[in-house]
Parts: sequence; C-alpha cells; structure tokens
Amino acid sequence: MLYGRNGRKDDLVIRGARVLDPVEGVDAVLDVRVDKGTIAALGEGLDANGHRVVDGAGLVLAPAFVDPHVHLRVPGGEDEETIVSGTEAAAVGGYCAILAMPNTDPVVDSAAVLGSLIEDAKAQAVIPVGFLAAITRGQDGAELTEMAELADQGAAGFTDDGRPVIAPSLMRRALQYHGITGRRLALHCEEPTLSKGGQMHEGAVSAELGFTGYPSVAESLMVERDLSLAAYEEAPLHLLHLSARESVSALRAAQAKGVAATAEVTPHHLCLTDEAVRSLDSNMKMNPPLRSADDRAELIEGLRDGTIACVATDHAPHARHEKEVPFEAAPFGVTGLETAFGALYTHVVEPGLLKLETLLERMSAGPARAYGLEPPRIAVGAQANLVLLDTESAWRVEEDGFHSRSANSWLLGQTLRGRPKLTVAAGKVVHDS
Amino acid sequence: MGEIHVMREGYLPPRQPPRRHLISIGDLEREDVERLLSLEREVKKLPTLRGHTVVNVFYESSTRTSSSFELAAKRLSADTMSIKAAGSSVDKGESLKDTALTLGAYDPDVIVIRHPQIGAPQLVARYTDAHVVNAGDGKHQHPTQALLDLYTIQDELGQIEGVHVAIVGDVLHSRVARSNVQALALMGAKVTLVGPPPLIPRGIEAMGCEVSHEIDAIADADVVYVLRMQRERMAEGANFVPSLREYTERWGVTPERIRRGQKVMHPGPMNRGVEIDPRVADAGSALIEAQVRAGLVVRMAVLYDLLTTGPVPVEAAEPLEVA
Repeated sequence: MLYGRNGRKDDLVIRGARVLDPVEGVDAVLDVRVDKGTIAALGEGLDANGHRVVDGAGLVLAPAFVDPHVHLRVPGGEDEETIVSGTEAAAVGGYCAILAMPNTDPVVDSAAVLGSLIEDAKAQAVIPVGFLAAITRGQDGAELTEMAELADQGAAGFTDDGRPVIAPSLMRRALQYHGITGRRLALHCEEPTLSKGGQMHEGAVSAELGFTGYPSVAESLMVERDLSLAAYEEAPLHLLHLSARESVSALRAAQAKGVAATAEVTPHHLCLTDEAVRSLDSNMKMNPPLRSADDRAELIEGLRDGTIACVATDHAPHARHEKEVPFEAAPFGVTGLETAFGALYTHVVEPGLLKLETLLERMSAGPARAYGLEPPRIAVGAQANLVLLDTESAWRVEEDGFHSRSANSWLLGQTLRGRPKLTVAAGKVVHDS
Repeated sequence: MGEIHVMREGYLPPRQPPRRHLISIGDLEREDVERLLSLEREVKKLPTLRGHTVVNVFYESSTRTSSSFELAAKRLSADTMSIKAAGSSVDKGESLKDTALTLGAYDPDVIVIRHPQIGAPQLVARYTDAHVVNAGDGKHQHPTQALLDLYTIQDELGQIEGVHVAIVGDVLHSRVARSNVQALALMGAKVTLVGPPPLIPRGIEAMGCEVSHEIDAIADADVVYVLRMQRERMAEGANFVPSLREYTERWGVTPERIRRGQKVMHPGPMNRGVEIDPRVADAGSALIEAQVRAGLVVRMAVLYDLLTTGPVPVEAAEPLEVA
C-alpha cells in the first residue's frame, strides 16, 4: 500500500538523544544503532561499528511521523506540487510515510490512473507514499468506483475528500463494500446546502466581517449521519479533518457504542480560531474553516483523550496567484507538511495543552493504525523510521524556505520552536540538516 | 486613521511610514471621527488638493458613491480619473493585483475602490503606495457611508452619543449596516437591529448592538434607518424570506409604524413600496436627501484628511497572534 524509491539502506548511530516512543514505552537517553536500515541496537555507549555518528545530545528521537492526508496534486496540478517536491517536503517535516488524496485531475478513480501514480512513486518518491482512490467516479457522488479492483491495484483507502458523499444510500453501499476491500473509507463530512457559499465559521467574527457563514452543524450533521450508517453496517470508517466540537462529541458517543470510527484533526484547527480570519489573509481560508475557541479546545481534548486518533496536515498547496486575491475569491487550503510539528509544539505542547508524548503518538502510530499500516517504532529489529527533533532552537517560517512547490502557509513570518533535524524513512536518511 | 495590518508585512523590515487608509470603521478612533465630522469649514478652502490625483475604481454599479467621490475630489481641485470594471481590462480577466499595480504606476495619491469581494481594498493597499479608501467591499464595510450617516444624525439631532438608532431590514447582506453598527457604537449611540431571523447574522450582538425580530422594536428609536432589500443578492430559492410581500407586511416601514418626531434614513437606492413606504420616504421626517448632501461633504473631508494630515509613523504590524 506504500510505494517509494527503493535504494540504499543506511548505517547510522544516533548518540545520546532522548529516545521517546510512547508505543514501545521508551523514554530514556540512549544510543540507537541502525544497520542497513534496520534498528540493530538500543543502549548506552554503543559501538559505532564504523557507522556515521549523529550527535543527538539535547534532541528528541521519536518514531517518524505519518501524514494520512496530503494533496500531492498529481496528476494535473504539477505547478503546485509533485511527487518529488511533496515527498521532499514531507521528509523535511519528519514524515516517513504519507497518504495522498485522489481529488486530482483526472480523479484517481480507475486502476489505470492509480497504477501510473504507483509507478511514478516507485521512481520518484523520496519517502513511501500511499494513494487513496475515489469512492465515486469523478468524485461526483453518483456511481461507485471499482473498489475491489482499486484495492487489488494498491489503493490505501477510499475517499471523495474535498466533497461529501451526499446520498446516504450511496454511502451505505460504499460501507458495505468495505467487507470486500478491507480498506478504510475516509469521509469529508459537509452538508452542502448548509455550507453553501460559506467562507468561514459562522459566528460573531463572520457576522462582523460580513462573510457568508459555514456553520459547525454543516459538519456535525454529516458526521452523525455517517456514524449512524457505520453503526448499522458494522463497518469502520475514518473521519477527515474534524473542526467542530459537536463532531467530536458525536464521535466519542459512537465509539462508546462500539463503532469502529477513527478521526483526524489538522494543525491549523488545533492552533487557530476564526479570529485569525480578521486579517483577511487568504492563507486563513480552509475547508472546514477555522472555528471558535470552544471548538479548538474540544479538538485538543479529543486528541488528548484519543477520541481523535491522529493529526493530519491536509497539506493543500496552491499556486501563489490563486491566493493573491481577495479572501472570497481564494481557494480553500493551506500547506502544512514542513511546519506541522513546529506549529503544534509551539502552540499546543509548549503552552501545556498536550504532552509531547501524546502528540508524537498522534502524529505517528495513530495515523498508521487508522489506515491499517504498521506503526513506526523504535525497537530492535524494526525498520528504521526515525525523526530527530530539536525542541529548543527557534526558527522562522519564510516564504522562500519551503521544499514544497507552494508557500500558502498560515505560519508565514511566525517564529516556531520544534523542528526535525534528521528524518529516516524506510531505513534511509531522507532529511539531514 | 489606522494603517491596515497585512500579516506578511509584519516581518518585513520597516519601509516608509505606512500610508493611512480608510478601509474599515475599525481603522478609526473616536477622535478621528470627531475630526472628520468637523472638517466641513476647512474643506471649503479651495483649491486645497491641487496637484493630487484621485482614482476611482468601481467594480460594482453605483450612483451616489461614485458621483460624490468624483465631485468631492473635483471640489478640492484634485485631478480625478474614474474606471469602471465593465470595458476595462477586468473584462479580459486581469486580476485585481495586476490592476492595482497598473494604476499604482501612475502614482495616484488616493485610490477609491468599490469591489464585490471582501478584502479587495486591503489587497490594493498592499500593492500600491496610494492611500486607499474603501467605497464598499462585498458585505464587509462601507465606511464613508457610515461617516455621512453620523454627520447627518449629528446635524439633525445635535449629537450622536445617546441617540437610539433602529436599523431595519436585510442586515445579513448589508455592508452599510455593519459599518453603521461599528461607527454608532464607537460614538456612543444605541443600536437595535430589526428584521426577519434569517437576515440577522448569528452572533452580531458581539458588535455592540441589540437584536429584535419584531418591527415594534423601532418604536423607541430616535432614528429609523431602513436598509434596502438587496434583491440582487437574494439568489433564487435562497428562502431568506418567503416573499417580498410577506416581508413588506411584517417589516416594511410604513407611516403607521413611524411615530411623530422619529427621523427616517435610507442609504439608497430605495425600493419604494418594499422596505419603505413612499409616504415615509417623501415625508419631512425623512433625511434621505440630507444624507446624499452629507456624502459630498464627508468624502471631501476624508480625502482632505488623508492627504493633508501627515502620515502617522506606526510600528510595523505585529505578526498574527495565534489564539
């Protein structure tokens, strides 16, 4: 389900870092030795065996991140991102695997398109990539794609991300098909008649600025519908980019009744509120929109208590000229691969809203499990998927500092703390600064 | 007047002192409003703005606003140039950024812009060195309208502080309502918004006003400010109101609903017989023509103030504060 360039497997010793793997229950200053891409030893004062030695003193070594929600824009949007630029950006952000969304041009709705993407990833991807395929042909909500064939071809899951599956009957059929494919359905929950024309969260800020509101209930109503269908069909599902507190409580209640639902939340929804839209900066425009302070608090709580299993960037690159327009004319979406950890460390961990261990789990094992992937871990015998994090020095997010082809970041000009210094993905050093 | 806060400029090295703009009532302090409302005598000293260039760019149709800005500039002896979207490069798909850069190349002192999208004036301010005056951006702001309304109220009632203004009608789609609520609250007036629930935006009370869905709520007001039913913004089947007939029946401002001594205002253009009964519009209590006259004076004051009161040095904008 994950595809990347094959190639060398590296030898490496990382000395004296705080090794922090919440899944393995490790939190100690240790040396880690990687032999040909596999973790060979964990301990104190390890022999270098002639390997390259990286000084990890004062740094945190964690399982590398997994991003379950990336728009790589291929095919069709190569001016905004490519497999190479997107996976390089992910490597810089500390990721060892990413999942790409199928709302491309053409849509990934046939084995032919999926197959060619997989071939390209094998030739170009710097870190392993999985591709989700569409639930409906052309993502137009009318006919199911050939899900079994797409699963056989290697689809990592199914989604119409960017759009909801409007008809409940079609949603139900897709859930029934899960029994055949075994791959997750990932749902963009938006009731389109309630969100129509919506530019930002409906509330006091939209009332003052005059923007058409996109109310929370447009999301939570669809979340409740999809959870009801999943309960009825006893099928698992994954909820994309939750933004509203009502969605979190609906999910929590459904999980308590045994529905196998997972969910994700983005760094921007965890860090910002609709107050940020007062700047009228088009990089504050996302779907779902930034919501109220109460929503933000509930998203953080949901992530803390595990209701929300993972952080997803929803990395959505856009060409510069597309965002250099008045807010209402700008497309939805912001980039996030290169800034996710720094943003969350600075705005969520440092203020004491979430423990570092929890964040690391929700950025790595959480998303991997949500899609049935092997969680990265720091244990002898495991493939090396590691990120070495500097949580001390400050860095500034600059427009020309991105590896992504696009710079539509909500963090431009901000100073952050928390940055990956070294990333090892599938046994290979893919980022080294 | 405050300078605009463009986030990305917050971390650029400080350049020239920022140009002052009038993009939102939020750019103004109370003392700015008081100064603008009292400039009447001074702006009559002609030819105050000889040698300055004022460019009017209108992406939406307008009679009152465009004509009064043009006349205001001419009265002050400024050179003026008016551009309408229809027939310009906008028709050829030119972006607002490129239009702004093009106009900026002529070094205008002031760009007056009306645009259907919120935030267009900020964008123009970012790409030109001109002072930018917002003549209406989408449903967001129309600050000179609010200033001329304040001027009219002060002229008629002698004060603004403590005056009770009821704003009636389609608040949801109205930049006039938003600017007025903000301006009236800034000057210490009491504001009540009255209209059908779907046309009153959720959460608007936070701007410092009260909300009622009953037309009776206008009874206590000193001024009844009637908003236009913006039919062109009412998409087919949007169902904000079941019908204009029902709207007029329940919320139309009729002679029976106006008490003696109450003043009536309307930003124009009126839909006579819809939101306002013609008998109310033509009655002596209506200040509608006074508003138009005030528009000229106030726009002269705004241009004069921007061009003659030197730019106030302001520190570079703070980068965005994260919640």
